[in-house]
Amino acid sequence: MSNTLTIDGNTIPFTDGQTIMQAATAAGVYIPHLCHHPEFTPHGSCKLCTVKVNGRICSACTFPAMAGQNVLSNTQELTADRKKITQMLFVEGNHFCPSCEKTGNCQLQAVAYHLNMLDDHYPLFYPQRAVDASHPEVLIDHNRCIFCTLCVRASQQTDGKNVFAISGRGINKHLIVNADSGLLKDTDLAASDRAAHICPTGAILIKHTAYQVPIGQRLYDHQQIDQVSLAQEQTPHGE
Amino acid sequence: MQAFIESLVASHQHQPTHLLAILRAIQAQAHYIPEAAIKQVATLLNIPRSHIIGVIEFYSFLHLTPQGQYEILISDSITDQMLGKNELMAYLSEQLHVAVGAVRGDGLVSLNITSCTGLCDQGPAGLVNGYALSRLSRARIDQIAALVEQQTPVAEWPSELFQVEDNIIQTDLLLTTPIESGSALKASYARGLAETLAEIDRAGLRGRGGAGFKTASKWQYCKDEAGPERYVVCNADEGEPGTFKDRVLLNTYAQQVFEGMTICAAIIGAEQGFLYLRGEYLFLYDKLLQIVDERRQAGLLGNNILNSGLQFDIEICLGAGAYICGEESALIESLEGKMGIPRNRPPYPVSQGYLQKPTVVNNVETFLAAAHIAVHGGDAFAQIGTAQSKGTKILSISGDCTRPGIYELPFGTTIHAVLAACGAEDVLGVQIGGPSGTFISNTEFDRRLAFEDLATGGSFIIFNHSRQLLDIAQNFTHFFAHESCGFCTPCRVGTSLLKKQLDKIVDGHGSAGDVAELEALCQIVKNHSHCGLGQTAANPILSTLERYPELYQSRLKAISYEPGFDLDAALATARRLANRNDAAAHLAQVEDSL
Amino acid sequence: MANKLRIATTSLAGCFGCHMSFLDIDERIIALADLVEFDRSPLTDIEHASHCDIGLIEGGVCNSENVHVLREFRKNCKILVAVGACAINGGLPAMRNFIPLEECLNEAYLYGIGVENPQIPSDIELPLLLDQVRPQHEVVKIDYFLPGCPPSADVFWTFLTDLLEGRQPVLEYGLVHFD
Repeated sequence: MSNTLTIDGNTIPFTDGQTIMQAATAAGVYIPHLCHHPEFTPHGSCKLCTVKVNGRICSACTFPAMAGQNVLSNTQELTADRKKITQMLFVEGNHFCPSCEKTGNCQLQAVAYHLNMLDDHYPLFYPQRAVDASHPEVLIDHNRCIFCTLCVRASQQTDGKNVFAISGRGINKHLIVNADSGLLKDTDLAASDRAAHICPTGAILIKHTAYQVPIGQRLYDHQQIDQVSLAQEQTPHGE
Repeated sequence: MQAFIESLVASHQHQPTHLLAILRAIQAQAHYIPEAAIKQVATLLNIPRSHIIGVIEFYSFLHLTPQGQYEILISDSITDQMLGKNELMAYLSEQLHVAVGAVRGDGLVSLNITSCTGLCDQGPAGLVNGYALSRLSRARIDQIAALVEQQTPVAEWPSELFQVEDNIIQTDLLLTTPIESGSALKASYARGLAETLAEIDRAGLRGRGGAGFKTASKWQYCKDEAGPERYVVCNADEGEPGTFKDRVLLNTYAQQVFEGMTICAAIIGAEQGFLYLRGEYLFLYDKLLQIVDERRQAGLLGNNILNSGLQFDIEICLGAGAYICGEESALIESLEGKMGIPRNRPPYPVSQGYLQKPTVVNNVETFLAAAHIAVHGGDAFAQIGTAQSKGTKILSISGDCTRPGIYELPFGTTIHAVLAACGAEDVLGVQIGGPSGTFISNTEFDRRLAFEDLATGGSFIIFNHSRQLLDIAQNFTHFFAHESCGFCTPCRVGTSLLKKQLDKIVDGHGSAGDVAELEALCQIVKNHSHCGLGQTAANPILSTLERYPELYQSRLKAISYEPGFDLDAALATARRLANRNDAAAHLAQVEDSL
Repeated sequence: MANKLRIATTSLAGCFGCHMSFLDIDERIIALADLVEFDRSPLTDIEHASHCDIGLIEGGVCNSENVHVLREFRKNCKILVAVGACAINGGLPAMRNFIPLEECLNEAYLYGIGVENPQIPSDIELPLLLDQVRPQHEVVKIDYFLPGCPPSADVFWTFLTDLLEGRQPVLEYGLVHFD
């Protein structure tokens, strides 16, 4: 068996062309991630899936699986670093969970819970960001965007549209939409688009569906994201 | 404007890869990119408007809102600061009645700072409508202010304002006798292309951008890739503060650089090359176009070069103010008309580069050296330098010395020898390789220029004892926060956090745990960032913290905690509105007693 | 019991919801009362904290008085605990951070609907507002954080019993909530 690698000492198989993330997911090993989704081209930007491959730090979602790799993922050191990176995502935006409809179903929050993140650690940025409620069925709250580009990719790769893009540089990065007015209502986004449903946080929400499930009874209230993620991603479509 | 854009886009054959050049031209014409222009370009190029906005907002020299008819930018490199930039900037702001970062009410002039413009040997420097201004002084500022007020077109400004000297002080193997145009190509064909690649291998030439990958191996890998289409790219996006050697090489040795690129093309089988010139070097653009044209006339570019059957041409592409584009995959993205965001690797550019085709990206100096080796062979080159670092290194020396400028020195030269050559005295330390490199103290001057010791892309900034180390680290840290592309979390957020945390300490608000916190943050940014920018962004802090821990500790207060924001200032608005100034209307930054 | 642990509690820019949740430990409060005694707290009406083992503070820092109270707690408490979402990231009160303070005060005291005798209060007894609401950890050093809006009664119970029994407090998955 040459097509195997180890993750935290456990041998797992992989097929040629798979990334470490794909091999891990297929083998039932959860590696924390936010910008990765099995349906779309890997992006490699959130850096939560940081693993050590033969001693070198790599993003599991983009790094190719290769025979004999010794991958470390669930170590104290990497978990501590992932927690810091998650805290960075929290402080750069405005994440007031008690006032967010996504709470309990939010992957950013769920990863934070999973990593036992109890505070923000860093000073908060409190950036000035807008809400775009112009679309009759879909809402953008820029305060919660973490620039994972899943909506950008879903719109291009699944919906065959180009509704979203990331603009700006550095800490001034922001999500924009493809309309002369700059407003979501003037794009060709439909509420049934994949892009409208892919946001891991509460930055893109479907209107008129709020609070159907009470807070406290939501997805991550009783289930950890590792279980949820593997259940959803372990057998991607077509396999 | 509409007709202008139509013919502009047509002149670029409606190629979306030329978006940056198109937007640069619109910016030069209108001093911003108007909404109507975005719409028109989107239609003409058949690309989403959000793509165009993304590009405009990514590059510092493109704007969505109107800038002044005279866009003045002052270089904020540490070397410019050491030459009095801050005072001059304030004076300029006063003379022109415009705040830094603002456009004057009448729209005539705008003023801002910009990252190092590559004139560190003749600063303080700046840019007006993209053209480099050198040796700024109060007298020159008076002159500039008058020219602006009289609305004299920049093209009619006195040429001495734009005078850029080469300042070549010490030459060696490469710079003493440049090759004759065509001689390297002739020698390569006479010897055989495979044999020429072997000579480059024998020479031990390694990439001069700083990373030091073996040039012959890179060319070989690219040559070995399947498929007919390949590209050669010369990285002249010399953005590392303190580096300016490529400016000089392209001003005076461009023929040899182009010849190096052409040899590479012949060896790997490329038909198209690009020279990606940083936007700050706009003043070299016309000259380079002319040289490319001369080479076409001379049969050294174009179809059937020197009757060898080789077909190769070179396009000069301008950047638009983004340090990150010096990273090779970000540079390729930029060449494709996109935001300069570094790609995931693998795949590497040698297998999937420009338009996903195999691409060699090398530094200006690397191509210069390759052309030299093609003429003189590998052995002569390999005789110079150290076991692992062959040949010479061209340094851009600036800062506290009597003779700043260009120095070509054999690899293995000690820092002592470099400092003696340029007339540096009372030296506190040297920043080698720019902000992303290393700061070394005056106890380490026996160390050598070499990939195995002190690697550098060429930046060499000298600081004497009058300089404050923490001010230097602060300048560099702000630079990285400004230049982070924002793609990955650790760099996007981390560089801004580093800036906050270092400012807190330098401004005297640090307390017990703040240095440890700073160091922990450095490790996250360094270890987890996506590309070289983030991975080196903490170096200015880490290399000074390692050498001068007491300097950081001395700024800390002997208390357990102090807020990172100004508490009393946070009450200022409320005080004003309540019309109060009593003791209870103020807060001490640190609690002394209850 | 020889020496009972002393606990102080207070609320800054909060809603006392965290305190209410603390009381939700129900009859367990009797067991707790055997182990601790309360210093300054809405439960005791003591106005100033004296030396304490543990200080529990809910709410963010929105005005000068909050700063003074927080400092008093920091000075007097061996272990200072930021309790609840507002303490940790400013919470809902921090949603005013995106409106300039001048606009907030003008709306509330000068130009808002139904304002009579418009004037911005200037009594020296009144604490002045900070231009932004801040989390506690940006003003003093915090030792522990209990997230949640509010943290559940079980969070308080688990945290305090861990501390009382000399264990490093650990909040298991179900106890970590930001909402």
